[in-house]
Amino acid sequence: MTDQAPDGQYDAWLDAIADGEGHYAECANGHGWLPPRRVCPTCGSRELAEKPLPDAGEVVTHTTITVPTPQFEDDAPYVTAIADFGPVSITGIVRGVDPEAVEIGTMVGIEVGERVTTGDRLVVFSPR
Amino acid sequence: MSDPRVAGAGVTKFGKHPERTGRDLFAEAGLEALDDSGVDPDDVDSLYYGNFMGELAEHQGHQGPLMAEAIGLDAPATRFEAACASAGAAVRGAVQALRNGEADVIVVGGAERMTNIGTAAATDALAIAADDLYEVRAGMTFPGAYALMARSYFDQYGGSHEDLAHIAVKNHEHALVNDHAQIQKEITVEDALEAPTIASPLGLYDSCPITDGAAAAVLTSESYAEAHDLDAPIAVTGTGQGGDNLALHDRPHLAQTPAADKAAAEAYADAGVGADDVDVAEVHDCFTIAEVLAIESLGLYERGEGIAAATNGETDRHGEMPVNLSGGLKAKGHPVGATGVAQLATITWLLDGSHPRADAVTDGTVGVAHNAGGTVASTTVHVLEVAE
Repeated sequence: MTDQAPDGQYDAWLDAIADGEGHYAECANGHGWLPPRRVCPTCGSRELAEKPLPDAGEVVTHTTITVPTPQFEDDAPYVTAIADFGPVSITGIVRGVDPEAVEIGTMVGIEVGERVTTGDRLVVFSPR
Repeated sequence: MSDPRVAGAGVTKFGKHPERTGRDLFAEAGLEALDDSGVDPDDVDSLYYGNFMGELAEHQGHQGPLMAEAIGLDAPATRFEAACASAGAAVRGAVQALRNGEADVIVVGGAERMTNIGTAAATDALAIAADDLYEVRAGMTFPGAYALMARSYFDQYGGSHEDLAHIAVKNHEHALVNDHAQIQKEITVEDALEAPTIASPLGLYDSCPITDGAAAAVLTSESYAEAHDLDAPIAVTGTGQGGDNLALHDRPHLAQTPAADKAAAEAYADAGVGADDVDVAEVHDCFTIAEVLAIESLGLYERGEGIAAATNGETDRHGEMPVNLSGGLKAKGHPVGATGVAQLATITWLLDGSHPRADAVTDGTVGVAHNAGGTVASTTVHVLEVAE
């Protein structure tokens, strides 16, 4: 595992997901973003509130990566996907299913897992 | 408003030169550009220089003054960093400074040393152009990011990996006569489809190589070119730059590149031309799908129609809208910090008739260069025209 200081609200966000309390930042006009944010890039609103992340998201695109960075050497091949959780979309690694079975439209839940190569934490999607 | 002229350009052979330092690569390109321009180096006001991964690949930051020194300039030098659009951003800065009268002569250029650190480390270095917290830590690589866009494109508009293969075949064929190109090897659609997968659905031949190289150009004001009787018939008549959310997942469309839409609209308006006027384009095909997204953002094709352009032969050297006659990043290579200026050089040579593929655009007067950074969170577009 990498020996460095935590990354503030990002690591706090991972902690929250691990505790089943995943959240996102919503602006006064309903635009959703992942933390940390002080302003909504869409409308400029600075009124951001913490909202609970929906329980499940839908895979909107995915890829099976076979040529990884060194930090993922022992993880490959693995599936990286973008899942639509309604107000926000999130990038994560899909586990618990044959990579060939991942499709656009697959419903997934979000949790925190560990990178095989380094033991660092990462966002994991599991089919629902 | 006067339009800056391209007085000279120089490009190294792109390829694997692991033992050559960035400063040596840039010196070759920069001195060639200066010699080609006929400009007295003492007249150079500034160096605008693109580089992306110098700290990681060479443990070398602050490359601006180092590169000025490498080509014998006693002039202020600034590095531009916009991931793979670093050199395009340098060109834009130079064009703006020349237009507003701050300078008469600017050397623009870029260099990247990549192969010395190997494929895995270069993949890692390129990945930092993505969002580190939310993308890189989810295993994102650059081939992976473009694979996500490719799959989304197929889902939204149709098309297939075979269509992408035609783009690779075309760009490899274009590069056969380009001695600057890293890969001068003809391939077939079958070769491309049977190549090892890097990030599904993209395979080895959907991806540009890892490349060492440098490019430079000497840009001058119109008045300087006239006063010094320079042979500089090509003008930069339009510049545009667009931006987008850094992370792919924050964008409403995964199969469109609005940063390039904005850059193209701005550059066309600046030049007073439209997409219909474009005779030739060099676009940022770091992956085959990127060429599709680029030609659609440039307005050369409607959304969803760019995917079939190569399959239909429309964008090859015999087609109506030749794209990437240099071989593109795909076959010419992609030393990331140099690419935007290499595109500028290519369009200049295609329009002035000195490029080996210039016969594909013998009556061409308008060319565009499209340079994209990251997953197109930064894009520059430049319009070049025959002025004389």
